[in-house]
Amino acid sequence: MNDRPSVTELLAAVERFLEETAVPALEGPAKYHARVAANVVRIVARELATEDAHLAREWDGLTALLGGETAAKPSERTLLREAIVARNDELVRRIRTGDSDAGPWRAALLDHLSRVIADKLDVSQPPREPT
Amino acid sequence: MKPDEMAQRLVAFVAGEEGIATHAVRATGLRRLAGGASREIWSVDLAIERDGGVESLPLVVRKDPAGRVGDGGDRSVELSVLRAAYAGGVPVPRPRWGTGDISVLGAPFFLMDRIDGEALPRRLLRDDAYAAARAGMTPALGAIAARIHALDLSQPDLAALPRPPADRSPARAEVERVAASIQQLSVEPHPVLDLAERWLLERAPEPPRIALVHGDYRVGNVLFDASGVRAILDWELVHLGDPIEDLGWLCTRAWRFGSPLPVGGVGTREQLLDAYQAASGTVVDRDALRFWEAFGSYKLALVFIMQSRVFLDGRVRSVELASLGRRTVEAEDELLRFLRGEA
Repeated sequence: MNDRPSVTELLAAVERFLEETAVPALEGPAKYHARVAANVVRIVARELATEDAHLAREWDGLTALLGGETAAKPSERTLLREAIVARNDELVRRIRTGDSDAGPWRAALLDHLSRVIADKLDVSQPPREPT
Repeated sequence: MKPDEMAQRLVAFVAGEEGIATHAVRATGLRRLAGGASREIWSVDLAIERDGGVESLPLVVRKDPAGRVGDGGDRSVELSVLRAAYAGGVPVPRPRWGTGDISVLGAPFFLMDRIDGEALPRRLLRDDAYAAARAGMTPALGAIAARIHALDLSQPDLAALPRPPADRSPARAEVERVAASIQQLSVEPHPVLDLAERWLLERAPEPPRIALVHGDYRVGNVLFDASGVRAILDWELVHLGDPIEDLGWLCTRAWRFGSPLPVGGVGTREQLLDAYQAASGTVVDRDALRFWEAFGSYKLALVFIMQSRVFLDGRVRSVELASLGRRTVEAEDELLRFLRGEA
Protein backbone atom coordinates (compact mmCIF):
# COMPACT_ATOMS: atom_id res chain seq x y z
CA MET A 1 0.00 0.00 0.00
CA ASN A 2 1.31 3.38 -0.99
CA ASP A 3 1.81 6.25 1.42
CA ARG A 4 -0.36 9.32 1.75
CA PRO A 5 -1.16 11.52 -0.10
CA SER A 6 -3.70 9.17 -1.63
CA VAL A 7 -4.48 9.13 -5.35
CA THR A 8 -7.49 11.34 -4.65
CA GLU A 9 -5.37 13.83 -2.73
CA LEU A 10 -2.71 13.89 -5.43
CA LEU A 11 -5.30 14.53 -8.13
CA ALA A 12 -6.81 17.35 -6.06
CA ALA A 13 -3.33 18.92 -5.83
CA VAL A 14 -2.88 18.72 -9.62
CA GLU A 15 -6.33 20.20 -10.19
CA ARG A 16 -5.59 23.10 -7.81
CA PHE A 17 -2.29 23.79 -9.56
CA LEU A 18 -4.01 23.87 -12.96
CA GLU A 19 -6.89 26.10 -11.87
CA GLU A 20 -5.06 28.44 -9.51
CA THR A 21 -1.60 28.69 -11.08
CA ALA A 22 -1.54 27.47 -14.68
CA VAL A 23 -4.83 28.94 -15.95
CA PRO A 24 -4.15 32.50 -14.65
CA ALA A 25 -0.54 32.40 -15.91
CA LEU A 26 -1.34 31.25 -19.43
CA GLU A 27 -2.91 32.92 -22.47
CA GLY A 28 -4.77 31.84 -25.58
CA PRO A 29 -5.03 28.15 -26.50
CA ALA A 30 -2.71 27.09 -23.64
CA LYS A 31 -4.98 28.78 -21.09
CA TYR A 32 -7.96 27.00 -22.58
CA HIS A 33 -6.16 23.66 -22.56
CA ALA A 34 -5.15 24.13 -18.92
CA ARG A 35 -8.81 24.65 -18.06
CA VAL A 36 -9.74 21.51 -20.01
CA ALA A 37 -6.95 19.62 -18.22
CA ALA A 38 -8.33 20.65 -14.82
CA ASN A 39 -11.73 19.35 -15.89
CA VAL A 40 -10.17 16.08 -17.03
CA VAL A 41 -8.56 15.68 -13.60
CA ARG A 42 -11.98 16.17 -11.99
CA ILE A 43 -13.46 13.50 -14.30
CA VAL A 44 -10.72 11.06 -13.29
CA ALA A 45 -11.32 11.76 -9.61
CA ARG A 46 -15.07 11.18 -9.96
CA GLU A 47 -14.53 7.98 -11.93
CA LEU A 48 -12.18 6.61 -9.27
CA ALA A 49 -14.81 7.30 -6.64
CA THR A 50 -17.78 5.80 -8.49
CA GLU A 51 -16.55 3.19 -10.97
CA ASP A 52 -17.14 0.10 -8.84
CA ALA A 53 -20.74 1.05 -8.14
CA HIS A 54 -21.40 2.06 -11.75
CA LEU A 55 -19.91 -1.13 -13.21
CA ALA A 56 -21.95 -3.25 -10.80
CA ARG A 57 -25.16 -1.46 -11.73
CA GLU A 58 -24.47 -1.76 -15.48
CA TRP A 59 -23.66 -5.47 -15.10
CA ASP A 60 -26.86 -6.12 -13.15
CA GLY A 61 -28.94 -4.23 -15.70
CA LEU A 62 -27.39 -6.16 -18.59
CA THR A 63 -27.97 -9.46 -16.80
CA ALA A 64 -31.62 -8.58 -16.23
CA LEU A 65 -32.05 -7.69 -19.91
CA LEU A 66 -30.07 -10.50 -21.50
CA GLY A 67 -30.46 -13.29 -18.99
CA GLY A 68 -27.40 -15.39 -18.26
CA GLU A 69 -27.67 -15.37 -14.46
CA THR A 70 -25.39 -18.40 -14.61
CA ALA A 71 -22.47 -16.28 -15.75
CA ALA A 72 -20.66 -15.15 -12.62
CA LYS A 73 -19.87 -11.46 -12.34
CA PRO A 74 -16.09 -11.08 -12.71
CA SER A 75 -14.63 -9.81 -9.46
CA GLU A 76 -11.58 -8.19 -11.00
CA ARG A 77 -12.28 -4.74 -12.42
CA THR A 78 -10.50 -5.18 -15.79
CA LEU A 79 -12.31 -8.45 -16.43
CA LEU A 80 -15.63 -6.89 -15.43
CA ARG A 81 -15.09 -4.04 -17.89
CA GLU A 82 -14.35 -6.55 -20.67
CA ALA A 83 -17.41 -8.62 -19.78
CA ILE A 84 -19.61 -5.51 -19.87
CA VAL A 85 -18.29 -4.60 -23.31
CA ALA A 86 -19.09 -8.14 -24.52
CA ARG A 87 -22.63 -7.95 -23.11
CA ASN A 88 -23.15 -4.52 -24.66
CA ASP A 89 -22.05 -6.01 -28.00
CA GLU A 90 -24.75 -8.61 -27.48
CA LEU A 91 -27.27 -5.89 -26.63
CA VAL A 92 -26.40 -4.07 -29.84
CA ARG A 93 -26.96 -7.27 -31.85
CA ARG A 94 -30.40 -7.68 -30.26
CA ILE A 95 -31.27 -4.05 -31.05
CA ARG A 96 -30.14 -4.43 -34.64
CA THR A 97 -32.28 -7.50 -35.22
CA GLY A 98 -35.34 -5.52 -34.15
CA ASP A 99 -35.88 -7.15 -30.74
CA SER A 100 -36.26 -3.76 -29.10
CA ASP A 101 -38.51 -2.09 -31.67
CA ALA A 102 -41.59 -2.43 -29.42
CA GLY A 103 -42.93 -4.11 -26.32
CA PRO A 104 -41.92 -4.47 -22.68
CA TRP A 105 -38.32 -5.36 -23.50
CA ARG A 106 -37.94 -1.96 -25.17
CA ALA A 107 -39.22 -0.23 -22.03
CA ALA A 108 -36.83 -2.22 -19.85
CA LEU A 109 -33.97 -1.47 -22.25
CA LEU A 110 -34.68 2.28 -22.19
CA ASP A 111 -34.81 2.21 -18.38
CA HIS A 112 -31.48 0.41 -18.20
CA LEU A 113 -29.78 2.69 -20.72
CA SER A 114 -31.17 5.78 -18.98
CA ARG A 115 -29.59 4.60 -15.70
CA VAL A 116 -26.26 3.85 -17.36
CA ILE A 117 -26.14 7.18 -19.16
CA ALA A 118 -27.08 9.02 -15.94
CA ASP A 119 -24.15 7.32 -14.18
CA LYS A 120 -21.77 8.27 -17.00
CA LEU A 121 -23.03 11.86 -16.88
CA ASP A 122 -22.32 11.93 -13.15
CA VAL A 123 -18.70 11.22 -14.02
CA SER A 124 -18.30 13.53 -17.02
CA GLN A 125 -20.48 16.35 -15.59
CA PRO A 126 -20.50 18.53 -18.69
CA PRO A 127 -19.72 22.18 -17.98
CA ARG A 128 -22.90 24.23 -18.18
CA GLU A 129 -21.26 27.46 -19.22
CA PRO A 130 -21.00 28.07 -22.96
CA THR A 131 -17.47 28.01 -24.33
CA MET B 1 6.21 26.21 -39.35
CA LYS B 2 7.31 29.37 -37.51
CA PRO B 3 5.01 32.41 -37.80
CA ASP B 4 7.74 34.40 -39.61
CA GLU B 5 8.01 31.77 -42.29
CA MET B 6 4.24 31.42 -42.51
CA ALA B 7 3.92 35.19 -43.00
CA GLN B 8 6.54 35.13 -45.79
CA ARG B 9 4.76 32.28 -47.51
CA LEU B 10 1.40 34.08 -47.27
CA VAL B 11 2.97 37.18 -48.80
CA ALA B 12 4.40 35.18 -51.71
CA PHE B 13 1.08 33.41 -52.22
CA VAL B 14 -1.02 36.59 -52.25
CA ALA B 15 1.47 38.36 -54.53
CA GLY B 16 1.26 35.41 -56.90
CA GLU B 17 -2.55 35.39 -56.84
CA GLU B 18 -2.63 39.13 -57.52
CA GLY B 19 0.15 39.00 -60.12
CA ILE B 20 2.25 41.59 -58.31
CA ALA B 21 5.80 41.67 -56.94
CA THR B 22 6.38 40.03 -53.55
CA HIS B 23 7.81 43.27 -52.13
CA ALA B 24 4.48 45.01 -52.82
CA VAL B 25 2.81 42.87 -50.15
CA ARG B 26 3.58 43.12 -46.45
CA ALA B 27 2.21 40.94 -43.67
CA THR B 28 2.14 42.04 -40.03
CA GLY B 29 0.62 40.84 -36.79
CA LEU B 30 0.29 37.18 -37.75
CA ARG B 31 -0.97 35.31 -34.71
CA ARG B 32 -3.00 32.24 -33.94
CA LEU B 33 -6.44 32.92 -32.52
CA ALA B 34 -7.96 30.60 -29.95
CA GLY B 35 -9.67 28.09 -32.16
CA GLY B 36 -11.39 24.75 -32.24
CA ALA B 37 -10.02 21.26 -32.38
CA SER B 38 -10.41 20.73 -36.10
CA ARG B 39 -9.27 24.04 -37.57
CA GLU B 40 -6.52 26.60 -37.19
CA ILE B 41 -7.57 30.23 -37.29
CA TRP B 42 -4.98 32.97 -37.68
CA SER B 43 -5.20 36.73 -37.76
CA VAL B 44 -2.98 38.74 -40.12
CA ASP B 45 -2.83 42.26 -41.53
CA LEU B 46 -1.80 42.64 -45.13
CA ALA B 47 -0.70 45.88 -46.78
CA ILE B 48 -0.77 45.74 -50.58
CA GLU B 49 1.00 48.46 -52.55
CA ARG B 50 -0.62 49.10 -55.86
CA ASP B 51 -1.06 52.03 -58.25
CA GLY B 52 0.77 54.35 -55.89
CA GLY B 53 -1.49 53.59 -52.94
CA VAL B 54 -1.50 51.11 -50.08
CA GLU B 55 -4.51 48.94 -49.37
CA SER B 56 -4.74 47.68 -45.78
CA LEU B 57 -6.56 44.41 -45.30
CA PRO B 58 -7.32 42.99 -41.86
CA LEU B 59 -7.66 39.28 -42.62
CA VAL B 60 -8.28 35.85 -41.14
CA VAL B 61 -6.51 32.71 -42.34
CA ARG B 62 -8.51 29.51 -42.05
CA LYS B 63 -6.20 26.55 -42.25
CA ASP B 64 -6.37 22.83 -41.62
CA PRO B 65 -3.98 21.56 -38.96
CA ALA B 66 -1.57 18.76 -39.84
CA GLY B 67 -3.02 15.33 -39.06
CA ARG B 68 -6.58 16.61 -39.23
CA VAL B 69 -9.74 14.56 -38.98
CA GLY B 70 -10.82 13.19 -42.35
CA ASP B 71 -14.28 14.75 -42.14
CA GLY B 72 -14.67 16.02 -45.72
CA GLY B 73 -14.58 19.81 -45.60
CA ASP B 74 -12.38 20.90 -48.46
CA ARG B 75 -11.02 24.43 -48.10
CA SER B 76 -11.50 25.26 -51.82
CA VAL B 77 -15.18 24.24 -51.61
CA GLU B 78 -15.59 26.40 -48.51
CA LEU B 79 -14.02 29.31 -50.37
CA SER B 80 -16.34 29.11 -53.41
CA VAL B 81 -19.39 28.69 -51.22
CA LEU B 82 -18.34 31.75 -49.26
CA ARG B 83 -18.11 33.62 -52.56
CA ALA B 84 -21.65 32.56 -53.50
CA ALA B 85 -23.00 33.44 -50.05
CA TYR B 86 -21.27 36.83 -50.09
CA ALA B 87 -22.69 37.59 -53.55
CA GLY B 88 -26.13 36.39 -52.44
CA GLY B 89 -26.37 38.85 -49.57
CA VAL B 90 -25.71 36.40 -46.75
CA PRO B 91 -23.73 38.16 -44.01
CA VAL B 92 -20.29 36.51 -44.30
CA PRO B 93 -16.69 37.72 -44.22
CA ARG B 94 -15.61 38.67 -47.74
CA PRO B 95 -13.56 35.78 -49.13
CA ARG B 96 -10.23 36.73 -50.74
CA TRP B 97 -7.78 33.98 -51.79
CA GLY B 98 -7.14 30.37 -51.01
CA THR B 99 -5.59 27.12 -52.19
CA GLY B 100 -5.79 23.39 -51.67
CA ASP B 101 -2.07 23.18 -52.50
CA ILE B 102 -0.42 21.95 -49.30
CA SER B 103 3.05 23.06 -50.41
CA VAL B 104 2.24 26.66 -49.41
CA LEU B 105 1.40 26.34 -45.69
CA GLY B 106 1.51 22.58 -45.19
CA ALA B 107 -2.29 22.30 -45.35
CA PRO B 108 -5.17 23.78 -47.38
CA PHE B 109 -6.17 27.30 -46.32
CA PHE B 110 -7.89 30.48 -47.42
CA LEU B 111 -7.96 34.15 -46.46
CA MET B 112 -11.03 36.26 -45.78
CA ASP B 113 -11.79 39.68 -44.30
CA ARG B 114 -11.57 39.98 -40.54
CA ILE B 115 -14.80 41.37 -39.14
CA ASP B 116 -14.90 42.88 -35.67
CA GLY B 117 -17.37 41.27 -33.34
CA GLU B 118 -17.99 38.77 -30.63
CA ALA B 119 -18.35 35.04 -31.22
CA LEU B 120 -18.63 33.68 -27.68
CA PRO B 121 -22.15 32.35 -27.00
CA ARG B 122 -21.54 33.04 -23.27
CA ARG B 123 -21.50 36.76 -23.98
CA LEU B 124 -24.62 36.60 -26.13
CA LEU B 125 -26.50 34.59 -23.52
CA ARG B 126 -25.40 36.47 -20.42
CA ASP B 127 -24.03 39.99 -21.03
CA ASP B 128 -26.35 42.99 -20.70
CA ALA B 129 -24.42 44.69 -23.50
CA TYR B 130 -25.88 42.14 -25.91
CA ALA B 131 -29.51 42.28 -24.73
CA ALA B 132 -30.70 43.73 -28.04
CA ALA B 133 -28.63 41.26 -30.08
CA ARG B 134 -30.00 38.42 -27.96
CA ALA B 135 -33.61 39.51 -28.47
CA GLY B 136 -33.20 39.81 -32.23
CA MET B 137 -30.96 36.79 -32.77
CA THR B 138 -33.57 34.10 -33.40
CA PRO B 139 -35.63 35.96 -36.02
CA ALA B 140 -32.38 37.12 -37.66
CA LEU B 141 -31.06 33.56 -37.86
CA GLY B 142 -34.39 32.42 -39.33
CA ALA B 143 -34.25 35.08 -42.04
CA ILE B 144 -30.54 34.45 -42.80
CA ALA B 145 -31.15 30.70 -43.07
CA ALA B 146 -33.89 31.44 -45.60
CA ARG B 147 -31.40 33.50 -47.61
CA ILE B 148 -28.77 30.73 -47.55
CA HIS B 149 -31.36 28.17 -48.62
CA ALA B 150 -32.49 30.42 -51.48
CA LEU B 151 -29.05 30.60 -53.12
CA ASP B 152 -29.19 29.51 -56.75
CA LEU B 153 -27.51 26.11 -56.97
CA SER B 154 -26.78 26.46 -60.68
CA GLN B 155 -24.29 29.34 -60.22
CA PRO B 156 -20.67 28.40 -61.04
CA ASP B 157 -19.45 28.66 -57.42
CA LEU B 158 -22.00 26.08 -56.30
CA ALA B 159 -22.29 23.89 -59.41
CA ALA B 160 -19.46 21.57 -58.34
CA LEU B 161 -21.06 20.60 -55.04
CA PRO B 162 -22.09 16.94 -55.04
CA ARG B 163 -25.83 16.31 -55.26
CA PRO B 164 -27.39 14.20 -52.55
CA PRO B 165 -28.24 10.67 -53.72
CA ALA B 166 -31.37 10.52 -55.90
CA ASP B 167 -32.73 7.23 -54.56
CA ARG B 168 -33.40 8.35 -50.96
CA SER B 169 -34.03 11.48 -48.95
CA PRO B 170 -31.07 13.55 -47.68
CA ALA B 171 -32.36 12.74 -44.18
CA ARG B 172 -32.01 9.00 -44.72
CA ALA B 173 -28.69 9.42 -46.51
CA GLU B 174 -27.33 11.49 -43.62
CA VAL B 175 -28.42 8.96 -41.00
CA GLU B 176 -26.81 6.17 -43.01
CA ARG B 177 -23.61 8.18 -43.44
CA VAL B 178 -23.32 8.98 -39.73
CA ALA B 179 -24.25 5.40 -38.76
CA ALA B 180 -21.52 3.99 -41.01
CA SER B 181 -18.93 6.34 -39.53
CA ILE B 182 -19.97 5.52 -35.96
CA GLN B 183 -19.70 1.83 -36.84
CA GLN B 184 -16.25 2.35 -38.28
CA LEU B 185 -14.77 4.70 -35.67
CA SER B 186 -16.33 3.75 -32.38
CA VAL B 187 -14.01 1.75 -30.13
CA GLU B 188 -16.83 0.47 -27.92
CA PRO B 189 -20.49 -0.55 -28.29
CA HIS B 190 -23.04 2.29 -28.00
CA PRO B 191 -26.52 0.73 -27.67
CA VAL B 192 -28.18 4.16 -27.43
CA LEU B 193 -26.77 5.12 -30.81
CA ASP B 194 -28.07 1.91 -32.39
CA LEU B 195 -31.53 2.64 -30.99
CA ALA B 196 -31.29 6.23 -32.21
CA GLU B 197 -30.31 5.08 -35.70
CA ARG B 198 -33.48 2.97 -35.95
CA TRP B 199 -35.64 5.77 -34.51
CA LEU B 200 -34.22 8.24 -37.03
CA LEU B 201 -34.50 5.94 -40.06
CA GLU B 202 -38.15 5.36 -39.25
CA ARG B 203 -38.81 9.10 -39.20
CA ALA B 204 -36.53 10.38 -42.00
CA PRO B 205 -38.54 13.14 -43.75
CA GLU B 206 -38.67 14.07 -47.41
CA PRO B 207 -37.02 17.48 -48.00
CA PRO B 208 -39.17 20.46 -49.03
CA ARG B 209 -36.52 20.86 -51.78
CA ILE B 210 -32.77 20.49 -52.20
CA ALA B 211 -30.90 23.57 -51.01
CA LEU B 212 -27.47 24.75 -49.94
CA VAL B 213 -27.14 23.72 -46.30
CA HIS B 214 -24.63 25.56 -44.10
CA GLY B 215 -24.06 22.35 -42.14
CA ASP B 216 -22.94 23.93 -38.86
CA TYR B 217 -25.62 26.58 -38.34
CA ARG B 218 -25.56 27.44 -34.63
CA VAL B 219 -25.07 30.41 -32.34
CA GLY B 220 -21.38 29.50 -31.79
CA ASN B 221 -20.75 30.20 -35.47
CA VAL B 222 -22.35 33.63 -35.46
CA LEU B 223 -20.24 36.75 -35.20
CA PHE B 224 -22.30 39.45 -33.51
CA ASP B 225 -22.09 42.89 -31.99
CA ALA B 226 -24.46 44.84 -29.75
CA SER B 227 -26.86 45.39 -32.66
CA GLY B 228 -27.00 41.77 -33.82
CA VAL B 229 -25.56 39.42 -36.44
CA ARG B 230 -22.42 40.59 -38.24
CA ALA B 231 -21.52 37.36 -40.02
CA ILE B 232 -22.20 33.65 -40.30
CA LEU B 233 -18.89 31.80 -39.93
CA ASP B 234 -17.47 28.29 -40.33
CA TRP B 235 -18.78 27.02 -43.64
CA GLU B 236 -16.56 23.95 -43.62
CA LEU B 237 -19.47 21.47 -43.49
CA VAL B 238 -21.52 23.08 -46.25
CA HIS B 239 -23.35 20.70 -48.59
CA LEU B 240 -26.50 20.25 -50.67
CA GLY B 241 -29.37 18.69 -48.80
CA ASP B 242 -32.54 19.24 -46.79
CA PRO B 243 -32.66 22.87 -45.63
CA ILE B 244 -34.49 21.92 -42.43
CA GLU B 245 -31.23 20.30 -41.31
CA ASP B 246 -29.82 23.77 -40.51
CA LEU B 247 -32.88 24.68 -38.41
CA GLY B 248 -32.76 21.39 -36.48
CA TRP B 249 -29.03 21.77 -35.77
CA LEU B 250 -29.66 25.31 -34.49
CA CYS B 251 -32.17 23.81 -32.00
CA THR B 252 -29.91 20.93 -30.89
CA ARG B 253 -29.59 20.82 -27.11
CA ALA B 254 -25.81 21.12 -27.00
CA TRP B 255 -26.05 24.73 -28.21
CA ARG B 256 -28.45 25.84 -25.45
CA PHE B 257 -25.83 25.85 -22.70
CA GLY B 258 -28.33 24.95 -20.03
CA SER B 259 -30.90 27.56 -21.07
CA PRO B 260 -34.51 26.39 -21.46
CA LEU B 261 -34.76 28.28 -24.78
CA PRO B 262 -34.32 25.76 -27.60
CA VAL B 263 -32.79 28.03 -30.25
CA GLY B 264 -29.22 28.40 -29.06
CA GLY B 265 -30.44 29.37 -25.60
CA VAL B 266 -31.85 32.65 -26.97
CA GLY B 267 -35.19 31.98 -28.65
CA THR B 268 -38.17 29.74 -29.29
CA ARG B 269 -38.83 27.39 -32.19
CA GLU B 270 -41.91 29.50 -33.02
CA GLN B 271 -39.80 32.66 -33.37
CA LEU B 272 -37.38 30.80 -35.60
CA LEU B 273 -40.03 29.23 -37.80
CA ASP B 274 -42.08 32.43 -38.10
CA ALA B 275 -39.05 34.34 -39.37
CA TYR B 276 -37.94 31.49 -41.63
CA GLN B 277 -41.37 30.96 -43.13
CA ALA B 278 -41.91 34.68 -43.67
CA ALA B 279 -38.58 35.02 -45.49
CA SER B 280 -38.65 31.77 -47.46
CA GLY B 281 -42.31 31.05 -48.10
CA THR B 282 -41.54 27.46 -47.02
CA VAL B 283 -43.85 26.00 -44.38
CA VAL B 284 -41.69 23.90 -42.06
CA ASP B 285 -43.04 20.51 -41.05
CA ARG B 286 -42.73 20.22 -37.25
CA ASP B 287 -41.99 16.49 -37.37
CA ALA B 288 -39.18 17.19 -39.83
CA LEU B 289 -37.77 19.81 -37.48
CA ARG B 290 -37.96 17.33 -34.60
CA PHE B 291 -36.18 14.69 -36.72
CA TRP B 292 -33.36 17.09 -37.58
CA GLU B 293 -33.08 18.26 -33.98
CA ALA B 294 -32.64 14.65 -32.83
CA PHE B 295 -30.30 13.99 -35.73
CA GLY B 296 -28.20 16.89 -34.45
CA SER B 297 -27.43 15.00 -31.25
CA TYR B 298 -26.81 11.81 -33.24
CA LYS B 299 -24.30 13.61 -35.43
CA LEU B 300 -22.74 15.23 -32.37
CA ALA B 301 -22.14 11.77 -30.92
CA LEU B 302 -20.15 10.98 -34.06
CA VAL B 303 -18.21 14.24 -33.78
CA PHE B 304 -17.15 13.33 -30.22
CA ILE B 305 -16.28 9.76 -31.23
CA MET B 306 -14.32 11.00 -34.23
CA GLN B 307 -12.36 13.58 -32.28
CA SER B 308 -11.48 11.20 -29.50
CA ARG B 309 -10.28 8.72 -32.16
CA VAL B 310 -7.84 11.35 -33.42
CA PHE B 311 -6.44 11.34 -29.89
CA LEU B 312 -6.62 7.56 -29.39
CA ASP B 313 -4.83 6.92 -32.68
CA GLY B 314 -2.09 9.31 -31.57
CA ARG B 315 -2.60 11.72 -34.48
CA VAL B 316 -3.14 14.73 -32.18
CA ARG B 317 -2.37 14.15 -28.52
CA SER B 318 -4.12 17.21 -27.10
CA VAL B 319 -5.94 17.13 -23.79
CA GLU B 320 -8.91 18.80 -25.48
CA LEU B 321 -9.38 15.96 -27.97
CA ALA B 322 -8.84 13.46 -25.16
CA SER B 323 -11.64 15.02 -23.13
CA LEU B 324 -14.14 14.98 -26.00
CA GLY B 325 -14.55 11.21 -25.90
CA ARG B 326 -16.20 11.66 -22.53
CA ARG B 327 -18.79 13.99 -24.04
CA THR B 328 -20.39 11.34 -26.29
CA VAL B 329 -22.63 10.55 -23.32
CA GLU B 330 -24.19 14.05 -23.47
CA ALA B 331 -25.48 13.36 -26.98
CA GLU B 332 -26.72 9.92 -25.88
CA ASP B 333 -28.54 11.52 -22.94
CA GLU B 334 -30.40 13.83 -25.30
CA LEU B 335 -31.16 11.00 -27.77
CA LEU B 336 -32.71 9.05 -24.91
CA ARG B 337 -35.13 11.95 -24.38
CA PHE B 338 -36.33 11.48 -27.97
CA LEU B 339 -36.40 7.67 -27.59
CA ARG B 340 -38.50 7.93 -24.41
CA GLY B 341 -40.82 10.36 -26.19
CA GLU B 342 -39.94 13.29 -23.92
CA ALA B 343 -38.45 15.59 -26.54
